[in-house]
Amino acid sequence: MYVAVKGGEAAIANAHRLLADRRRGDRAIRAIGIDQIESQLSLAVDRVMAEASLYDPSLAALAIKQSRGDMIEAIFLLRAYRTTLPRFGYSEPVDTGAMRIERRVSATYKDLPGGQLLGPTFDYTHRLLDPALQTDEAVETPLTRTPSPENTSRVTDILNGEGLIEPDSSMEDEHEPGDITRTPLDFPMTRDTRLQALARGDEGFLLALAYSTQRGYARTHPFAGEIRIGMVEVEMDLPELGFSVPLGEVRLTECQSVNQFKGSATQPPQFTRGYGLVFGQSERKAMAMSLVDRALRAEEFGEDIVAPAQDEEFVIAHSDNVQATGFVEHLKLPHYVDFQAELDLVRRMRAEQGLAPANTQSEQKEAAE
Amino acid sequence: MSGLATYNFAYLDEQTKRMIRRAILKAIAIPGYQVPFASREMPMPYGWGTGGVQVTAAILGPSDVLKVIDQGADDTTNAVSIRAFFQKVANVEVTTRTKEATIIQTRHRIPEEKLTEGQVLVYQVPIPEPLRFLEPRETETRKMHALSEYGLMHVKLYEDIARNGHIATTYAYPVKVEGRYVMDPSPTPKFDNPKMHMSEALQLFGAGREKRIYALPPFTDVVSLDFDDHPFTVQSFEKPCALCGAEGVYLDEVVLDDRGGRMFVCSDTDYCEDRRAQGFLGDQGVPLKEAAE
Amino acid sequence: MSVEPLLKVNGLTKMYGARIGCADVSFDLWPGEVLAIVGESGSGKTTLLSCLSTRLEATSGSVEYHMRDGAYRELSRLTEAERRFLMRTDWGFVHQNPADGLRMTVSAGANVGERLMAIGHRRYGEIREAASDWLSRVEISPTRIDDQPRAFSGGMRQRLQIARNLITGPRLVFMDEPTGGLDVSVQARLLDLVRGLVHDLGLSAIVVTHDLAVARLLSHRMMVMKDGHVIEQGLTDRVLDDPREPYTQLLVSSILQV
Repeated sequence: MYVAVKGGEAAIANAHRLLADRRRGDRAIRAIGIDQIESQLSLAVDRVMAEASLYDPSLAALAIKQSRGDMIEAIFLLRAYRTTLPRFGYSEPVDTGAMRIERRVSATYKDLPGGQLLGPTFDYTHRLLDPALQTDEAVETPLTRTPSPENTSRVTDILNGEGLIEPDSSMEDEHEPGDITRTPLDFPMTRDTRLQALARGDEGFLLALAYSTQRGYARTHPFAGEIRIGMVEVEMDLPELGFSVPLGEVRLTECQSVNQFKGSATQPPQFTRGYGLVFGQSERKAMAMSLVDRALRAEEFGEDIVAPAQDEEFVIAHSDNVQATGFVEHLKLPHYVDFQAELDLVRRMRAEQGLAPANTQSEQKEAAE
Repeated sequence: MSGLATYNFAYLDEQTKRMIRRAILKAIAIPGYQVPFASREMPMPYGWGTGGVQVTAAILGPSDVLKVIDQGADDTTNAVSIRAFFQKVANVEVTTRTKEATIIQTRHRIPEEKLTEGQVLVYQVPIPEPLRFLEPRETETRKMHALSEYGLMHVKLYEDIARNGHIATTYAYPVKVEGRYVMDPSPTPKFDNPKMHMSEALQLFGAGREKRIYALPPFTDVVSLDFDDHPFTVQSFEKPCALCGAEGVYLDEVVLDDRGGRMFVCSDTDYCEDRRAQGFLGDQGVPLKEAAE
Repeated sequence: MSVEPLLKVNGLTKMYGARIGCADVSFDLWPGEVLAIVGESGSGKTTLLSCLSTRLEATSGSVEYHMRDGAYRELSRLTEAERRFLMRTDWGFVHQNPADGLRMTVSAGANVGERLMAIGHRRYGEIREAASDWLSRVEISPTRIDDQPRAFSGGMRQRLQIARNLITGPRLVFMDEPTGGLDVSVQARLLDLVRGLVHDLGLSAIVVTHDLAVARLLSHRMMVMKDGHVIEQGLTDRVLDDPREPYTQLLVSSILQV
């Protein structure tokens, strides 16, 4: 006798209970605090904020804890929360030239106004596991200098002074900034929406694409013009007041790549650029983004589109890790109705070719029983 | 962030619902046309019904009665999960009975019971573009739809026949709507295609990840693509449902043991139970009361 | 035969920035006429062909086409839908590289039958019969109907491409170096076939080629291009036997003597 499987509801409830148990782990060990994640795993927090497009370190830390450290799951949690938030308005463009700089390096100049500032970087550390971190040993307070009251000009502004690099790109005056979370994507995209999509794109995917351009799949001859990390003030224009008011500060990583360009019929030989801007401290992502941005501008510069990194539909349609993980993983949902249809077809086609089913006999026997 | 208490009725905020309703109205006005909409991030993964859930959330009212099925069954895990979601965020009445439901959200099946006026069937759609696997580029497929350039679709069917002697598409079988747009019916088995034609119910299709909504208003002409001399046919099963004895319904194959023993039962669990409650029995069925014990 | 031209070209010019693609080209093409456009690479002949066939937008000038309903239509004013319809019914385009004109992963039968399906034919048996018939006409055995072009030789692919274009009975066919990349013996057979088809079907054709032998075999009339300009035109035999321009004389002497 056969009784159809039931009890999905109970199974789901039990699975979630087990998940909560595994998340907590050994009860003899102290539970990790949101504040600990926020302050000690801050680069994880930054990545979650960047790819969720929501600047809120505490919520990002909560999401990391809830997802057991699964980053894409944490990004997903924060995005699902973000989507429910009302829009009060749009901030003014931030001025990264006025950034309170924590790190700033340029590969194109030995020294430059404002100086090279290494900041908190893994660069030049020797990747040797540090046994001291197993215990809570005292850590020296860092040295600081008094920040210069003047703005640190951006390398692209220095190059621009000579007219050697294309100017900051601009949109027409009446151009409303796009919002890819409020308007469906439409190919071909404008650069503002494309940069938005890249800014929330998967770090690993963009990294691989950027890498591919360096290995010859659409070479863009990049130099790391400048990478800067620091705090930037966000302002919002209030029509009632007639001026913009500061809302607070966010930490940003900006990368501008400087790329060779031989010139075209309409443009003189000059350097062009790729742009990367990411919430928090994430140099890898910002650099990868700037390389991919430059590669995606191929059409603008009349370059041949020959590689995946230059193909806007390909890159943008597949850069969102929440979408990607959902669709890849949805294959584990039941598909037995469609599979049944395919089974039936394969059996029928085999029968038409005169292939007998392997277990005909046992089946007939059972039927006879 | 103080939990679900702060979420709006049916989860989505009213602005978002209005945006989705506008897309739905446009979709109904142009049957079979894929309307782009600003799909939201939902609290379930993409590919797991976010499109259907958004459509349902946008049309759901407090007096609605909701049924959710996956593979035709109410008790598959994803159906259970989506049903629980709406119970939680909208507190609506839910049912497993097709007749009682005002909104039915489905993945991969159309109920066997004929749908009637006033009911809405909401499909979860993974890839809304019927031309996608022939032409991967959105910019090109949009043009093909705009110009009704559907020759390529028949090239695929031609190839099927040339190679296999018959059309080898068994699910997500493309249809032409009102003689104009070619539409993907979502991955329902082609067995269900005829049910879409001239249906009394409103049929809405939501694709969350791909950000498209399309629709079949009631009494819409829906024709499965074919050749005159190789007409569209649906699957037929040799035996009736082993549990309720129903014929002319879609059956799931259940493997009983590892010696090749198997049986075929209704994929639509509500339909099967209903028949058994009425006293119909298949050759391996037991009356409903006994089974429940 | 109709007494009106099929195509009227007037002052057709294509500029790439300051560079000339083709300049001030004017001619009429008559029903049943085959026109060859010859010149070296870079002479502008391919640009001209692209402008004529609406694959490229001209900078100035006009191309009028005699539609089946008898009216002349300015091609640049056709809607995208009309243009595409024209291209898959009344026109053909034979590419130099067959892979550009064929679906390489689809059977020969479907390649040939596609245009019929695109214009609404819905009987599998008839489509297959027509495809089979056309395969024979281009000397491909109908037993190969279910094979993909990938399994075909270069010459067969080119013939398949021709069949794919001719099945809807077009009135005008554009050919871009149709014999380029083929062995000499294969070329000769293909040219023979094309000449026969053009004659039997009363087709008009515009053939771009750098090979004067192709022009001699196929065309009634020819235009010689240099640096984007038509420098000489006339009946093919006249141009080849009695070239007037020094450049044409050079072309004829350097190529035909070999």
